[in-house]
Amino acid sequence: MITDITIGQYFPGKSAVHRLDARVKILLTIAFIVMLFIADDIKGLGVGVVFTLLTFLISRIPFKMMWKSIKPILIILIITAMLNLFFVHTGTPYFEWKFIKITDKGVETAVFMVVRIVCLIIGTSLLTYTTSPIDLTDAIERLLSPLKKIKVPVHELAMMMTIALRFIPTLIEETDKIMSAQKARGADMETGSIFKKAKALIPILIPLFVSSFRHAEELALAMECRCYHGGEGRTKMKQLKLRLADLWGTLYLALFFAGVIVINKIG
Amino acid sequence: MSYIHIRGLEFSYVNDLEEPPVKNTVLKGIDLDIERGEFVAVLGHNGSGKSTLAKCINAINLPEKGEVTVDGLDTINEDNLLPIRKRVGMVFQNPDNQIVATIVEEDVAFALENLGVEPNEIRRRVDEALETVGMYEYRMHAPHKLSGGQKQRVAIAGIIAMKPDCIVLDEPTAMLDPKGRNEVMKTIKMLNKEHGVTIVLITHYMEEAAQADRVVVIDGGEKIMDSVPKKVFSQVDVMRNLGLDVPQVTEIADFLNKNGYDISNEIITEDECVQALFSLLKK
Repeated sequence: MITDITIGQYFPGKSAVHRLDARVKILLTIAFIVMLFIADDIKGLGVGVVFTLLTFLISRIPFKMMWKSIKPILIILIITAMLNLFFVHTGTPYFEWKFIKITDKGVETAVFMVVRIVCLIIGTSLLTYTTSPIDLTDAIERLLSPLKKIKVPVHELAMMMTIALRFIPTLIEETDKIMSAQKARGADMETGSIFKKAKALIPILIPLFVSSFRHAEELALAMECRCYHGGEGRTKMKQLKLRLADLWGTLYLALFFAGVIVINKIG
Repeated sequence: MSYIHIRGLEFSYVNDLEEPPVKNTVLKGIDLDIERGEFVAVLGHNGSGKSTLAKCINAINLPEKGEVTVDGLDTINEDNLLPIRKRVGMVFQNPDNQIVATIVEEDVAFALENLGVEPNEIRRRVDEALETVGMYEYRMHAPHKLSGGQKQRVAIAGIIAMKPDCIVLDEPTAMLDPKGRNEVMKTIKMLNKEHGVTIVLITHYMEEAAQADRVVVIDGGEKIMDSVPKKVFSQVDVMRNLGLDVPQVTEIADFLNKNGYDISNEIITEDECVQALFSLLKK
């Protein structure tokens, strides 16, 4: 039985990063990404690295958690490094053999690229590690709300996200039940070739689909009974309020941002 | 006019996938009056039309013929939709399918948010509703980690936060274990007695129906009986012919009565049965 399911990758905590307003965090993350991309040499990027590591330490997210989000992109990192190493031909060559030519500039770009991507992953994972999915959806809804004017269904999108989050555990539980039911009838899901295994999933997926539709229908009815009529005239119980801490957080990033710009200008 | 006023209500489902479309008439002219503060149980076996009737009360289903009014508001008029749904809340069978949010208190706030209530007022009413159903300590929990009875109480809290005059419950205990069933029934009775909420309870548990002020029996889309529980259950044979049970104690009393013992057949609770048997044995 899959009982204790955590949705998304939220890691609850009480650090200064956790306590920032989710809207501010999203905006700061975007600014952070911009910062990494305007840094045009290794020195500027160094400032970004310091920022990333410092924020990571403040957030008190265990290193193991962070490693989990870096692991899947290791391949991409290696490929990026290789491409830069072999295909950047400017600068003084360290090593030349037939068509392979490795230059100091190539090594520099390779390191630069890898560091930039790792920072990017750590920084953006910090957002999802320190913000609960509900706060995140809420913040996205509010940040995008100006788009309502140009007829983007912001409320509906946020509602869909909330309901999806809400139903993940329910559907997992159901999958579990269906799987047990099919196993009890002699379904074999572990052995055989990959095609056989994929085929064995059909008797699980079909009932799951049917029941999702049933869930959807009843949920829609229950929502209607509770006076749901779209986002119009809706209020929210939880009001997001900006606090002094959010200002500090913004200043903190602004400082580093300025640092990157200054180094760019000098260097 | 009574609070919920139903006259000559007819309703049918049309299956237009078939050619020609098949029309299945579920309600065939129902008259029903429910007064403010009443606790009415609606009994009927599967397919008798009792759930359809429930959905007619809060304008989910609109009458094909006849009329349904709530507090003088006609359900057929679209402008009345929100005012009616604010007055008549509805709780369904499966608690999983009526919880919208990922945190208990957010879910309870859902209806109030829809109605555009001011945030501080929402906060106050959500806390009040959760306290009423005894789920206040669980306000920050994720709904999927609660038991069935607790989930159903959260669903009820989500309705009472709207401060409705009436709650229609469509087999709210059908998916619960005995403990959860008990919790929910207690909550329903408390709402009726202490808060004066009108309750329409659709059920097929006779023991639950026996706790109501009035029992309405529906069969084949028609109202068969409408009386106090004692009068309804004492007609054991009629109930059996409709494919319905009577409470166990009523069955015992009826059996003894038919076999020539001097015992009333208007017995619906265990206490009454014990008393009656006791005095019978003393003779």
